[in-house]
Amino acid sequence: MAHPSQLGFQDAASPVMEELLHFHDHTLMIVFLISTLVLYIIMAMVTTKLTNKFILDSQEIEIIWTLLPALILILIALPSLRILYLMDEVNDPHLTVKALGHQWYWSYEYTDYNNFGFDSYMVPTQDLTPGQFRLLDVDHRMVIPTESPVRVLITADDVLHSWAVPSLGIKMDAVPGRLNQTAFIVSRPGIYYGQCSEICGANHSFMPIVVEAIPLKHFENWSTLMLENS
Amino acid sequence: MSDRINEKIQNYRTAPFDARFPNTNQTRNCYQNYLDFHRCNKALSAKQQDPAPCEWYRRVYTSLCPMGWVQRWDEQLEEGSFAGRI
Repeated sequence: MAHPSQLGFQDAASPVMEELLHFHDHTLMIVFLISTLVLYIIMAMVTTKLTNKFILDSQEIEIIWTLLPALILILIALPSLRILYLMDEVNDPHLTVKALGHQWYWSYEYTDYNNFGFDSYMVPTQDLTPGQFRLLDVDHRMVIPTESPVRVLITADDVLHSWAVPSLGIKMDAVPGRLNQTAFIVSRPGIYYGQCSEICGANHSFMPIVVEAIPLKHFENWSTLMLENS
Repeated sequence: MSDRINEKIQNYRTAPFDARFPNTNQTRNCYQNYLDFHRCNKALSAKQQDPAPCEWYRRVYTSLCPMGWVQRWDEQLEEGSFAGRI
């Protein structure tokens, strides 16, 4: 989850998010180097008493400051395209979950074997138990097995919403009448938080998403339990 | 061939990748499988054949389609107001 005064991304919980994180580090480093260089040049220009009124042109430096940016852009584009195509790979999911956005809660359906679904409401602030996170925790989390390719189909029941979990590197709009697909693999067990990312009315800020990833055996126990209780 | 289909149905985990719908928008995938299930049932029943192979389409649309959509379409089918051609 997010931390106070956080500067970078949340810890990655899926392979795709790891790639995005490293790509961001790579690109940001290039951006910092260029900015530092430009800032240095500006400082140098501003603080010198030397002047030159007779330079007309210079082929050499023109070539350098054309080729070097082109090279830098290629160095950014190649990893970027690699990740783009990685995210677009055909995957063979083990599980399909549907996430439906409503005003103002999410509901999750697991219908591969039985017609099983439940609503996921934010825990109101006055009902929080010690240790729960304000505006983030929900009564029923979306439970997922770790290290299994999962397909999530996202739609909405009323207005636009958006299903986002930053640590998995996922954000997908929930559009009424449309079924948007995204897929992920959760690398490690844990609880991952996200928030609705498309303005949807009064309680848009109060319909969080919580994904709980547990080993497959425990997932099977959980789904058996949930089926018996429903 | 029906053995292969039965095996596929028995080993069913979730809806597999369908190359006809490779992109993010899977609305048509859900709807097409729903249509195909009912068309398959209608066609096989008309020929007095076992509609068991149609089970594949039912599993796929159950996996993909929101329960609310399926319920709505089933009600429309019963009333006779379903817009799709079956």
